[in-house]
Amino acid sequence: MGSRASSLLREEDIEEIKKETGFSHSQITRLYSRFHSLDKGENGALSREDFQRIPELAINPLGDRIINAFFPEGEDQVNFRGFMRTLAHFRPVEDNEKNKDLTSGEPLNSRTNKLHFAFQLYDLDRDDKISRDELLQVLRMMVGVNISDEQLGSIADRTIQEADTNGDMCISFSEFTKVLEKVDVEQKMSIRFLH
Amino acid sequence: MQEEIGELRRSHPKNLAGGDFTLCDAFYFCKKGIENIVEDQVTQRFTSEELASWNLLTRTNNNFCYISLRLTIIWGLGVFIRYCILLPLRITLAVIGLSWLVIGTILVGLLPSSNVKNWLSDLVHITCYRICARGLSATIRYHNKENRPKKGGICVANHTSPIDIVILANDGCYAMVGQVHGGLMGVLQRSIVRSCPHVWFERSEMKDRHAVAKRLKDHIADKTKLPILIFPEGTCINNTSVMMFKKGSFEIGGTIYPVAIKYDPQFGDAFWNSAKYNMVSYLLRMMTSWAIVCNVWYLPPMTRQDGEDAVQFANRVKSAIAHQGGLVDLSWDGGLKREKVKESLKEEQQKMYSSMIIGSDFNEDI
Repeated sequence: MGSRASSLLREEDIEEIKKETGFSHSQITRLYSRFHSLDKGENGALSREDFQRIPELAINPLGDRIINAFFPEGEDQVNFRGFMRTLAHFRPVEDNEKNKDLTSGEPLNSRTNKLHFAFQLYDLDRDDKISRDELLQVLRMMVGVNISDEQLGSIADRTIQEADTNGDMCISFSEFTKVLEKVDVEQKMSIRFLH
Repeated sequence: MQEEIGELRRSHPKNLAGGDFTLCDAFYFCKKGIENIVEDQVTQRFTSEELASWNLLTRTNNNFCYISLRLTIIWGLGVFIRYCILLPLRITLAVIGLSWLVIGTILVGLLPSSNVKNWLSDLVHITCYRICARGLSATIRYHNKENRPKKGGICVANHTSPIDIVILANDGCYAMVGQVHGGLMGVLQRSIVRSCPHVWFERSEMKDRHAVAKRLKDHIADKTKLPILIFPEGTCINNTSVMMFKKGSFEIGGTIYPVAIKYDPQFGDAFWNSAKYNMVSYLLRMMTSWAIVCNVWYLPPMTRQDGEDAVQFANRVKSAIAHQGGLVDLSWDGGLKREKVKESLKEEQQKMYSSMIIGSDFNEDI
């Protein structure tokens, strides 16, 4: 009576994903069900259209940028590992993790990595700086046709002025982090995963 | 949107009160987007509801794993009972019900128009639908029968599957509305229309909204004709929510009799996922479930009030049905099952956000 999604995911894969992302076993199987239900072509990978089929995401002004974050440079398909890796950025930070001494590198859901995810929403060409043009483009996505070019331009200029400390008229990642240092990133960029 | 972005900004130092853009605004959209990727309100309505505890049917066994030997034995017993005992009985009943419906209505159709004919037609319809309902092992509880739809009115209900028609027709006679089909459905359609008037449309007629509205108006204007049964959602939804009601049925005028139908998912999943199953496999699944248990609530009649347009009226009726049936009231269009979402909804979001950041800027420029 139809394939059971969880049976296509092997135990070794689940263990690997657990180590890499920190999700629990049941969270991984549940997200695999979701991945499977989004994968209309049933080819084990999601395309941009698969994401666009979610109506609430399609009407999100930054929907395209968010979808883009799932796809590595130049690729059109994302497999389950990639899907989980991206979602891992939004795992809430547990208390016992904050002080853990990490020998395997920073976890995907650390404050820095969360900020980096947000930074990449703005940094369209992935050159590690947000230029005025990039900021304008993203702003235009968020406001649609409701604000004039001049007003949008002045908003962009003001934002860059506030953040730019080395005078290169671009926002680097460290400048980005500095501007947002008082924002509770751990909470604002985390979502609740069931189980 | 406003509160969440406001909260984001409170922790961020700013030199302008209210309004203005901050880099952390993107966090709000980002979080919402990711939440929707993990779980959204709309796409889940087009697949069967997930159950909190297993009801011993393999088909609902998506997230449950092997639990114990005893459970497997009970499940095995269940399979035997459902497929070898219940299924043949149910198929027999369904065949009897449908064939008598066709024969009965053709015979009644031979009579000249008279009160006797109408009475006989009602009798044939109800009897045969009741036999069909037994063929599905349907247990139906009707509430508030005093609000049952009357002649010359329009009965409006939430749609889960074609079985809804059988469920409702067990307790009253309705004039059906729908497209002309071929095959078995076509045979049924052509025969039942002989004994009492139903409204069947050719595919080409459906495109012309005025022609459709006119035919429906004419039907309800004639007080001797049975109430029309319409499902304004336009498509099957999985019975956890009520989606947008198309305004067409609410523009015709006349009294609307809302009906809420809620199936109990513990006994069987009544939702017809037309993308996954065709009609025959769907009926087979129905007949191999434990039973179809449902509640039907007749709600007090509603009419369009002054100053209310068709869309607002439709939403009002939808809320009443959702509230009664314990369903989630969504304004998303059931058509999203197959189509893309309208651009205008995105534009609304953009407009809302713009009005937030333009706040103080606007005052400055003036």
